[in-house]
Amino acid sequence: MNIVVCVKQVPDTWAEKKLDPADKTLDRASVDGVMNEIDEYAVEEALRLKEAHGGEVTILTMGPAKAVETIRKALSMGADKAVHLSDDALHGSCAVQTSYALAQALGTIEYDLVITGSEATDSRNAIMSALLAERLGLPQMSLARKVEVDGSTLRVHRQTDNGYDVVESALPAVVSVVEKINEPRYPSFKGIMAAKSKPLTTLTIADAGIEADRVGLANATSKVEEFSTRPPRSAGTIVKDEGDGAQKIAEFLQQQKFI
Amino acid sequence: MAEILVLVEHADGTPKKVTFEMLTKARQLGEPSAVFVGAPGQAAAITDKLGEYGAQKVYVAEGNEFTGHLVAPIAAVLAKVVADSSPAAVLIASSPGAKEVAARVAVKTGSGILPDAVDVDENLVATQNAFGGATVVRSSVTTGTPIICLRPNSTPPEAAAATPTVIPVEVTLTDADKAARIVERVVEEKGGRPELSDASIVVSGGRGLGAGEKFSIVEALADTLGAAVGASRAATDAGWYPHQNQVGQTGKTVSPQLYIALGISGAIQHRAGMQTSKTIVVVNKDPEAPIFALADFGVVGDLHTVVPALTEEITKRKA
Repeated sequence: MNIVVCVKQVPDTWAEKKLDPADKTLDRASVDGVMNEIDEYAVEEALRLKEAHGGEVTILTMGPAKAVETIRKALSMGADKAVHLSDDALHGSCAVQTSYALAQALGTIEYDLVITGSEATDSRNAIMSALLAERLGLPQMSLARKVEVDGSTLRVHRQTDNGYDVVESALPAVVSVVEKINEPRYPSFKGIMAAKSKPLTTLTIADAGIEADRVGLANATSKVEEFSTRPPRSAGTIVKDEGDGAQKIAEFLQQQKFI
Repeated sequence: MAEILVLVEHADGTPKKVTFEMLTKARQLGEPSAVFVGAPGQAAAITDKLGEYGAQKVYVAEGNEFTGHLVAPIAAVLAKVVADSSPAAVLIASSPGAKEVAARVAVKTGSGILPDAVDVDENLVATQNAFGGATVVRSSVTTGTPIICLRPNSTPPEAAAATPTVIPVEVTLTDADKAARIVERVVEEKGGRPELSDASIVVSGGRGLGAGEKFSIVEALADTLGAAVGASRAATDAGWYPHQNQVGQTGKTVSPQLYIALGISGAIQHRAGMQTSKTIVVVNKDPEAPIFALADFGVVGDLHTVVPALTEEITKRKA
């Protein structure tokens, strides 16, 4: 079973993220880039499925040149090869355009399953798997906290607010996985060394058959009109518990009409 | 006035509060129409209620094929209504499943999408809290029909009675629409607590609890306030509480009227999920904990004594 994992490079989870005042896109240059945390679970799930069912795992990343660091990490975890969709024309693409670009790039790869993380820590939209499933005309098997393949049937446990839905589809399909579906492995030293010689194909938009007027900031389907930094919250009342802490909170809650 | 479509967010036919919030917002933007997709017979029971909040029309598609498959059939119905009625905008709840519907409708109708909006003005410019609320962004859709996902708790619902016209929607689903079959729904845990993402009050516990079983004091406080229970990543990583209750950058974003953080230090990972809460109360033994910078009221103290005493005090004051 051949699996493509869509992996995104995002600003370090622990870094303060900002928009670039010049073009109102995410400032990726001033912060360290890391693999989107939830994508590590997606890579791990793909590797486990490969170990159980055979086949190859391909990493697909759209992003600037420095996203190669993230691709190398995925390869060092054990993925077999990678496709890096990288072109200045893609800068500033919105989610809708990005799904088009990724769908075109997926057209250059043979696969039975596409896996994404449920959301990225920068945009936090959590819609890419739905966008891709719609574009590709494939079953949307999103928000999975468990993934099983039984012959040609795919079964996932989809996270809901109060439990999970068991959902089945045929292959190929698009799966998104939630955090904690598994425990992502750390790259081994051997894995890191091996990653350096694994096949990495770089695609321009022309290589992927992407029409230039359907991607990029100038053609985005939505735009940022303006943005501002949220002012810090005004300082609250902080007291030390002298045995009356609970009473003081209760008084505050009563004043605020929560009781 | 321009028609604004509101996709009814519901649980087995019962509309969620965010539906009335969206209808209220839609009235500020134009003339609201509700779109209901559900099981047979469900719409009739709630048409009056949708009218109470100003729905002029209710588009209805009912059938087991809509509820027995994941997301795609709802998107097919909504895209059909968009094509037929050419609304000025579509409002959809910013919940996980509804955002997926919005995404698919955006592709189907060649439109832009603005997820996680907390407000929309009369020019259909949406306000979004980016990066967990650190940056406030105003955005607009430039292509097709603006598809805007509104976060729960962002607009106070206000009634404005109307008598809606019910309009059945006929949609023939394709095999692709029915490709993901829901074969079983499993309900786990929790005795009647509200859902985290649309609760008015959230009580969360973190590393300071010291052990999983100590979440019982968080739950007890939550229950006296009718609150949902949240957890920091440290707590879910330790296996003390289920992941679906995690508040933060890789968990849920909440924006309740009241957020109570117990034994949570307030790393950026957590703040990104709760810092737009209206009122924040903190109990932590470390006076240097960054969470105190967000607190409207904070107590430096041992949560193991303060929290049970607070539960008792609230129970007393409510009596």
